[in-house]
Amino acid sequence: MAHSYTPGLRVTPRTVVRKRRILPIPGQVLVQEGQAVTATTVIAQTDLPGRVHTVNVVNLLGISPEEIRRYMLKREGDPVLEGEPIAENRPFIKWLKTRVPAPVTGTVESISEVTGQVFLREPPKPLALSAYLDGVVVETFPGQGASVETACSLVQGIFGIGGEAVGTIAMGAADPEEMLTPERITEADRGTVLVGGSLIGRDGFARAKQVGVRAIVVGGIDDPDLRALLGRDLGVAITGTEQVGFTLIITEGFGRIAMATRTFDLLASKVGRRASCSGATQIRAGVIRPEVIIPLGERSAVSGQRSEKEVSKAGGGLRVGDHIRIIREPHFGRICKVAALPADLRLLPTGSKVRVLEAEFEDGQRVLVPRANVELLES
Amino acid sequence: MTSSTGLGMTTILATDCGSTTTKAILIERVGGEYRQTFRGEAPTTVEAPFDDVTRGVLNAIQEVEELSGRRILEGEKILTPADGNRGVDIYVSTSSAGGGLQMMVAGVVMAMTAESAQRCALGAGAIVMDVMASNDGRAAYEKIERIRHLRPDMILLSGGTDGGTISHVVELAEYIRAADPKPRLGGGFKLPVIFAGNRDARGRIQEILGDRTALVITDNIRPVLERENLAPARHKIHDLFLEHVMAQAPGYGVLIGWTGAPIMPTPAAVGVIMEKAAKQQGLNLLGVDIGGATTDVFSVVDGQFTRTVSANLGMSYSISNVLAEAGLEKIQRWLPLSLPEQDVRNRIKNKMIRPTTVPQTQEDLALEQAVAREALRLALEQHKALAVGLKGVQQERTIADAFEQEEGAKSLIDLYRIDLIIGSGGILSHAPRRVQAMMMMIDAYQPLGLTVLAVDSIFMMPHLGVLSQVNEQAATEVFLKDCLIPLGSCLAAEGSAKPGEPCFAYTVRFAGGREAGGTLRFGGLLRIELALGEEADLQAEPARGFDLGAGKGKAVALKAKGGVVGLILDARGRPLVLPAEPSERAAQLRAWAKAVDLYPE
Repeated sequence: MAHSYTPGLRVTPRTVVRKRRILPIPGQVLVQEGQAVTATTVIAQTDLPGRVHTVNVVNLLGISPEEIRRYMLKREGDPVLEGEPIAENRPFIKWLKTRVPAPVTGTVESISEVTGQVFLREPPKPLALSAYLDGVVVETFPGQGASVETACSLVQGIFGIGGEAVGTIAMGAADPEEMLTPERITEADRGTVLVGGSLIGRDGFARAKQVGVRAIVVGGIDDPDLRALLGRDLGVAITGTEQVGFTLIITEGFGRIAMATRTFDLLASKVGRRASCSGATQIRAGVIRPEVIIPLGERSAVSGQRSEKEVSKAGGGLRVGDHIRIIREPHFGRICKVAALPADLRLLPTGSKVRVLEAEFEDGQRVLVPRANVELLES
Repeated sequence: MTSSTGLGMTTILATDCGSTTTKAILIERVGGEYRQTFRGEAPTTVEAPFDDVTRGVLNAIQEVEELSGRRILEGEKILTPADGNRGVDIYVSTSSAGGGLQMMVAGVVMAMTAESAQRCALGAGAIVMDVMASNDGRAAYEKIERIRHLRPDMILLSGGTDGGTISHVVELAEYIRAADPKPRLGGGFKLPVIFAGNRDARGRIQEILGDRTALVITDNIRPVLERENLAPARHKIHDLFLEHVMAQAPGYGVLIGWTGAPIMPTPAAVGVIMEKAAKQQGLNLLGVDIGGATTDVFSVVDGQFTRTVSANLGMSYSISNVLAEAGLEKIQRWLPLSLPEQDVRNRIKNKMIRPTTVPQTQEDLALEQAVAREALRLALEQHKALAVGLKGVQQERTIADAFEQEEGAKSLIDLYRIDLIIGSGGILSHAPRRVQAMMMMIDAYQPLGLTVLAVDSIFMMPHLGVLSQVNEQAATEVFLKDCLIPLGSCLAAEGSAKPGEPCFAYTVRFAGGREAGGTLRFGGLLRIELALGEEADLQAEPARGFDLGAGKGKAVALKAKGGVVGLILDARGRPLVLPAEPSERAAQLRAWAKAVDLYPE
């Protein structure tokens, strides 16, 4: 029989997380195995190649590509300064002479006799790679980076934007139902991972940015506010590179939805602790979910604990009595209990016949819900 | 177990591992012919916490077992061959799980080799995640970060004409090496990279990428500027899809061992069965497979087959991108009820982040079908644009053609000449009422003249496509008898007038001699019962300014084929224009919905 599944989001007070931190291009690794690091420790560094600029010299000079070298003042490997001529023509009348200036300071990378383009490369830029987690280096990859491990509490969200951020946990809501309003965000929240309840709106975003909140963790957001924050409609859920002033992690979904009590309580128990978070999300195979990692600061406990993979629960089929969240209208966001699992297909108001379950709310009310529209909550 | 002819097979099991759902069907020889008898489905389990596609496959097969009473599995092994009410003769499968084949392509110049590489990957059934070029405006480090971040299934690297400069394509290879990308699935393996660029650069490319990637070198896709040569690289993409992507996707190593024929990418399998059907019946055909992540459009016009894959137009993972590309107004225009913007947006985003949920309310259903109309429309637009000048397997284009294409010149798709439109994919195949599927396609494609429409009954075209590789007879028989559900015919007039002015007069003569007739006014929509298997003579005379296929104002005499919906006479005009005022538009949509019995009362 077909089962219904959770998307596998994890909320756990104790686990071990290992992160592989790799430079985008080879460089120098600055740490050793066994070394304790903090989230901001630079573990590796490299020089990133400068930007490449192309200059279509043949178009600018009105010549053909194969004769480009005759008109070049610079050769491959030559350094150039911004504004310095790199090529010029030789007209009969001198004042008709055209010069092609370098748009940037750098070196001449290549000259194409096919396309007539000249590639200029800006000087390299240094890049420092941080550890992201307070933890221990458990493996190094020469020239590339290292793996950092930490015993921690872990909260995975359903969707996020923005990259990595580190800050101390602070509460912006007294209970999971409360909204994270601008009034709740104070100067004291600068540099924090601020935990809200059910919703944050665009005014809240503006206030968080103004104050300098590092990351926001909240139950829900409204899509028009996300659109206003990003300045565009988010098409495909591949995120992590946005720069909106903070990292945003939503734990439940779009709309005003109370944060699951378990998540809220776990985060509330960590107020004042340092957390590493990332908004990076990819909702496809090879799925990446946003995360809040709160190291426990128990270095000695690391090796003795099971790895993240080992403790990952295998989800599975629903059973009567299981606690579930309804994840689609008309009862979207509500928490209830599986009361019955009828085997036969049932007719929905849409006219479709699907497998359903009978869900019971706290007040005893029972409703039929398609099995595809519920999520199992970790007990 | 396998045979090229499939002779002697009595029981066939096929699955399609989609990005959201894994669907299993059982085909049995009944009374001397092959029929599809039972089906089962289960959520695809390629992601955490399962990370094993076979879980979903086994669940779907178990459902088939329960429904059919046939024992197919012994533990986690498929029993072969069939023996009485036990086992199957062959098991075949297709896959688009995890969003299908996801590729990144690279070329030196965006409008030249990078574009050719893009066309090559699309033609092979891939989703193109990003197109990288030396002149794409991004800094080198941005490109490197992008390669790392995207985690494609494979990279197609092209660039340079044969005998031309090698430096730029070598530079692209250096970026790839620097990124040291890991494949999306199976992180411990090397990422497949196909080099199909300047042959003089092969040695350098081998030096740079040979040790870091699973490098495959093939013929240049742009040996000279004026010519594309896409076939060799495309074949390599298919080979690598099987050897690397499929083999390294979670559980696929096991799944490959179960199948009696190579696993095909879902769009490739759908294309195979559509092409065979069009050729067999001598039709011009337009087909669409609207999935969770992508929408694939296929056409066979005058025997020429074209396929496009609209990446990121889909009904679950990509649903939000349909909103982004079409715009909110375009989606709201199809809603017969008023939903606030915030509500529409939140519902769409929630579907994106929880892609396996199903609509439970009329509102949700109407919203998903509104999004589907726009996804279908946009995918057809992209198909029309890419179908220009394409010659299928291999094409030759001059520089002049390239300019023509960019300007959107002649498309191969002339809607007057399309005889049959086939819809496939959950939103169409599983629509609670068949008329909903028919109206989604009519509204999105706006067919002209007389067109037959059909849906894939339970989304089995992928299964039949892969089956046709080993048993064409079974695939064809099931396709004709069980797969296609004829919805009926649609007669639509091109033109515009004031509401209420005459559009066309019609007379329908049914097989028994009964007649129906009248005049449809502009803006009108009529559904006439014409049962499955029946045909009727349809005569229609358009008003001046309207065209039914014979020219403006010229009468037509046609044979209309029946179906589960019947005959739709569409006098709403082409292009279809909806009232601008929201309440007026909603009232109009409700009137049309009532005219064709679209929703329950």
